[in-house]
Amino acid sequence: MNMNGGQALMKALENEGVDILFGLPGGAILPVYDPLIDSSIRHVLVRHEQGAGHMAEGFAHATGRPGVAMVTSGPAATNIVTPLCDAYMDSIPMVVVTGQVPYAAIGTDAFQECDTTGITMSVTKHNYLVTEAADIPQVIHDAFHIATTGRPGPVLVDIPKDIVDPNNPRSAMEWYTPDSHDLPGYLPNRAGDSELIRQAAKLISESERPVIYSGGGILKARAAEALLELAELTGIPVVTTLMNRGGFPDDHPLCLGMPGMHGNYTAVTAMQESDLLIALGARFDDRVTGKVAEFAPLAKIIHVDIDSAELGKVRRPDVAIQGDCRLVIEELITALGEIGGREAQPDRNTWRSRISGWQERFPLTYEQSKDDELLKPQFVLEQLRDATPDDTIVASGVGQHQMWTSQYWKFNHPYTWVNSGGLGTMGFAIPAAIGAKAGRPDRMVWAVDGDGCFQMTAQELVTAATEGFPIKVALINNAYLGMVRQWQEMFYEERYSEVYLTRDVPDYKMWAEALGCVGLRVESPEEVGPAIEQANEVDDRPVVVEFRCEAGENVYPMVPAGMSNSDVVVDPSQQDRPR
Amino acid sequence: MSAPSTPNEGGTTTLVVRVENKAGVLARVAGLFARRGFNIESLAVAPTEDERFSRLTIVVGVDAAPMEQVVKQLDKLVNVVEIRELNPAASVERELMMVTVQADPPIRGQILDLVRIFQATVLNVGYGEIMVSLTGSPSRVDDFEDLLRPYGIVDVQRTGKVALSKLAKTAPDPLAP
Repeated sequence: MNMNGGQALMKALENEGVDILFGLPGGAILPVYDPLIDSSIRHVLVRHEQGAGHMAEGFAHATGRPGVAMVTSGPAATNIVTPLCDAYMDSIPMVVVTGQVPYAAIGTDAFQECDTTGITMSVTKHNYLVTEAADIPQVIHDAFHIATTGRPGPVLVDIPKDIVDPNNPRSAMEWYTPDSHDLPGYLPNRAGDSELIRQAAKLISESERPVIYSGGGILKARAAEALLELAELTGIPVVTTLMNRGGFPDDHPLCLGMPGMHGNYTAVTAMQESDLLIALGARFDDRVTGKVAEFAPLAKIIHVDIDSAELGKVRRPDVAIQGDCRLVIEELITALGEIGGREAQPDRNTWRSRISGWQERFPLTYEQSKDDELLKPQFVLEQLRDATPDDTIVASGVGQHQMWTSQYWKFNHPYTWVNSGGLGTMGFAIPAAIGAKAGRPDRMVWAVDGDGCFQMTAQELVTAATEGFPIKVALINNAYLGMVRQWQEMFYEERYSEVYLTRDVPDYKMWAEALGCVGLRVESPEEVGPAIEQANEVDDRPVVVEFRCEAGENVYPMVPAGMSNSDVVVDPSQQDRPR
Repeated sequence: MSAPSTPNEGGTTTLVVRVENKAGVLARVAGLFARRGFNIESLAVAPTEDERFSRLTIVVGVDAAPMEQVVKQLDKLVNVVEIRELNPAASVERELMMVTVQADPPIRGQILDLVRIFQATVLNVGYGEIMVSLTGSPSRVDDFEDLLRPYGIVDVQRTGKVALSKLAKTAPDPLAP
């Protein structure tokens, strides 16, 4: 079938199962927006290209399917660099198509030209500059394969205008459906080594104080059920990193919650005191380990990861297994069965009682606000958690509100927590929530955002309003760049430098209404519940609820940067308790 | 990737990398070193017997230990097919040098003595200069360059080393599977 490159691009995307595309047209990508009209793919018109990228990420977080964004060349390509880097750090499958100036004009400083593949080389799993229209079907097929297999990640496809422009003879091509990949350097392996898995099973059955350290790889490998089975078979407690909240149910008795810099005391301390860490799809991030040299000093390490470059990157494992988390866990369960299953596991009652002792002495805590004080953000989040369905999808920005959400929410289902972990991208919440809602229209989607974050990407609420994505935003307005303020309070002698945002400018309620949303403002504790109820009932447009919160609240516990996890700072009210 | 090998002298590591012969691949490889502040001491690139692939010989001024992570990251590049860390004791290394030396007629003979001793080749002769080439192990090329330096090197270009593994010295065991 004869067609032009633009038509081929649309057909190739359709063939990959793409049904929604987040984007914004411009000069170089213009020819592709014409065949889009005839395509089955829904296009969501964003207001800023960064929004398109984060929406694609949110879609992928919530569905496990690759998110797709399409933008033009030059400034549009540079605007989507942040989402690419975010997706790269958090292993999010995503395909981004960028327009490029005509092939012959590349390198001439043409209008809206930039070296997109050069700029994005270090923030993509792979990228392509397509030079011939005939390459489009194969490149798109390969791009989706690379983005979704092995360790998932973003792939960028840069397409010069001439090969998609029907008025240019270089766009003429014969359609073909690629049926294979010619990628001799890319052969991702999924199965773990059986002998190493047997060694891991043996280490587990000898351990008195084991902890399962579960990371984002659990969700990527769709291994939540396998993890549950492993934990219940062995009775080993599970910590869920920021990237794996929901990958193991918070209401399960074996769940210890989030470890790390703002993890709860028990999760941090159980890892620190363990004699065996079973790291499953986790990467020993500095926010989890604290000072690496003093991290879990007595623990042997079993490290399972699809990416062999993670094995030994930070901490030398005793057993390193390269493979897909789900397949390896399933084989590990079999191997544990062969050596006696549950009955062969040592008595770990002492370990369990130490853990429950920490849980009793050091629960998450905060002081309720007094009569004339503003709201406590933790109180708002508890109320929101309790007033929304159990399978609500929660997206967050980056900062104090993100940590409180991760701490106080009860994540009992996988793929309900959408956040920017590795890159820590402020402004992630609103576009990511829109992408999640696009992928899961059946679910209630709440974005929890800070006032600093909100001001970075609020314009995408226009996208939500006009494209019909009735997300809800809980805006924690504490008038500050709160996490930076907290660090200045704790580590810079309360010398506050450029962190005050003002409380009343902008007027968030009016701004929300101007963006096409319902805007609500809440100032006192008794208004919190009714406002959430009111927001939950709106389903024809987005809602922004501004919660006016106490400015001076700090996130505890906290392991100060560079310190050992043994020196975790607990809430001031708990500081005198025996550890 | 092969087992960790003995690092080269002077804290350098030699990698032999087979890559797809495509635009931009060298930039991807070089970028991984640049990002970490590792300097590439020498680099030789050419297509292999199968023209879909190129072979890179890279000498990096870093010990084997910090290289481990780079090698793993290199292996993750979609266009990289195979990486081997080269053990100098188990490989044959060669490098080509072209050099132009000051050689006024009265001292031309001294230079030609060195050319004979090293079995180098005279490529071009001018009135006061002579251009010669030498192929040999990198250390032999170093020696030659050192000996020519006092005469005044006008211009020099070395290719960077290339290498292949040494061959087996015994007949294969006929009973082996």
